[in-house]
Amino acid sequence: MAAVPAVLNSEWTKIRTVSSTIWTLIAAFVVTVAMGAALSALLNSQFDDLPAAERATFDPTYVGFSGMVLGQLAMVVFGVLVVGTEYSSGMIRTSLAAVPQRGSLLFSKIAVAGVLALLVGLATSFVTFFLSQALLGDHRTGIGSENVLRAVFGGGLYMGLIAVFSMGVATMLRSSMLSLGILMPFFFLVSGILSAVPGAKTVARYFPDQAGSKIMQVVPDAMNSNPAPYGPWGGLGIMALWVIAALAGGYLVLKKRDA
Amino acid sequence: MIEAVGLTKRYGAKTAVENLSFQVRPGAVTGFLGPNGSGKSTTMRMMLGLDRPTSGHVTIGGHPFRSLPNAPRQVGALLDAKAVHGGRSARNHLLSLAQLAGIPTARVDEVLGVVGLREVAKQRSKGFSLGMGQRLGIAAALLGDPRVLLFDEPVNGLDPEGIHWVRNLMRQLAAEGRTVFVSSHLMSEMALTADHLIVIGRGRLLSDMSVRDFISANSADFARVRVASEPPEQREKLTAALTEAGGRVMPEPDGALRVTELPLPRISELAHASDVRLWELSPHQASLEEAYMRMTQGAVDYRSTADAKEGLQPPPPAYGPLPDLAEYVPEPPEVPQRGWYVPPPPGREPSRAPAAPVAPAASVAPAAPVARAASVAPADRETSEESR
Repeated sequence: MAAVPAVLNSEWTKIRTVSSTIWTLIAAFVVTVAMGAALSALLNSQFDDLPAAERATFDPTYVGFSGMVLGQLAMVVFGVLVVGTEYSSGMIRTSLAAVPQRGSLLFSKIAVAGVLALLVGLATSFVTFFLSQALLGDHRTGIGSENVLRAVFGGGLYMGLIAVFSMGVATMLRSSMLSLGILMPFFFLVSGILSAVPGAKTVARYFPDQAGSKIMQVVPDAMNSNPAPYGPWGGLGIMALWVIAALAGGYLVLKKRDA
Repeated sequence: MIEAVGLTKRYGAKTAVENLSFQVRPGAVTGFLGPNGSGKSTTMRMMLGLDRPTSGHVTIGGHPFRSLPNAPRQVGALLDAKAVHGGRSARNHLLSLAQLAGIPTARVDEVLGVVGLREVAKQRSKGFSLGMGQRLGIAAALLGDPRVLLFDEPVNGLDPEGIHWVRNLMRQLAAEGRTVFVSSHLMSEMALTADHLIVIGRGRLLSDMSVRDFISANSADFARVRVASEPPEQREKLTAALTEAGGRVMPEPDGALRVTELPLPRISELAHASDVRLWELSPHQASLEEAYMRMTQGAVDYRSTADAKEGLQPPPPAYGPLPDLAEYVPEPPEVPQRGWYVPPPPGREPSRAPAAPVAPAASVAPAAPVARAASVAPADRETSEESR
């Protein structure tokens, strides 16, 4: 039985020795920070032009995390590639021939990649927060304010969970292309559009990204966003359920199907 | 020791492997032969627990692969040379595999040396040729110093030096008492490498015997007899005489006779006694390749058809009937040579078909009857594999 520490060690070697890891994680960091900073600076200069409802629920923390909309896509790519390249290259057969215990292989891989994504997510989240607050001028908030630390910490969790969710989906679909083709438009377009359509709104608020992003709001229903029947931790819980479902699905597919 | 018992794998309606039972013993190289699509790779994937058999089972050292303790230290496998992340260097690829089984890093550099990849160890495997990929795959198989080794088509894409190296490596691994199981679709390669042969076709076991037995069972000697074409009844006359003397006579497509169970001098005497002139009397040995082809004939899935090149070729020149290609061996023509020539027709050896300048077809056609006689040359090109 290949021991779990050995598999973890091997998965870490696999992850750090391909350049796609570095590039996708750097992209996630840079895009989130830069876009959050830019929007913070913009809103700072145009604060007085905002509609009254948005001014009333102005949430400096949430504004800082605006870059997450794009940054999460890089995390999706990271998660998909970590799993998907094993299938596209055929490496999965070599890996499984060395680790016949498929559960150990899958969960070690996801643990290593997930922890890495979480760490990068937390770094991104804190850097984003401090930079965007600096740019928000008079409208800023501080890390010590009520619920702010929870939101900043939650931003890191959110990024990590998005990556792990993508890994689960890629394991189910067994293909990078297919997974990206489904996840990218979903997170970038479908989820956003549906949450604006009156009828679909009630369903869309249970999508993983819609539910999970509530953790980054300090002011409830900040910036005039959709009111949700769950709180920030409830939202993250819904997202975690999605992640668990994706992982369970991926595990079953890997377990049952021929490699 | 690998043991398959009633191994069966179905994909929907298609049966890839059907009721396969065999044993692979340690201390020998066992060749696993079959045409493309006969189920070799599927069988090997089932051995490695990658595919689940529909019924039956296969064990390695008494355990199903999935329950082997520390599998990489017991079984090494090369399944697909390209099953490597192209962005990772050869060394890092092996390192990640070594870490799985707690194999020290020094061993990685060791196997890189063994397979001759030390100089490109830091390069991304994306740029590797097929031969280098095979070497990397072999390195991965050797990594854990396993007692059981599986190789799926290990010589694909290797240069002659590499093929020679793989052959020696397999024999050496077997000599060390390991179980070595090698698949191939080349009988000639296996005849040189393997001690034991398992032949499958359409997923069924066709033969399971030692190479020595396979050779003696399948490479019967025969004589090739060609009778003078005039008068035409000579051939029947000789056939009758030979059959009466206890020989077995089979006509060959080009009009010659294939005679077994009679020594050459006896055939000559019988021909002389029945007043038949011979144009050819030559000893032959059916090659293993031929025996293998015969065995798998009914089990070949992908067979090519003649390429008629409909509408792609200019109409043949209008001079008389073209010489029969099967019989046609061009003579050096008297006309002055042109600066270019066609290669010999496929299936012919260059030595038997001297470079034929493309003379005007008219000058070749009259030479054809002479060409017929030219093929009465002793030809033993079919003997090959027994010289191992």
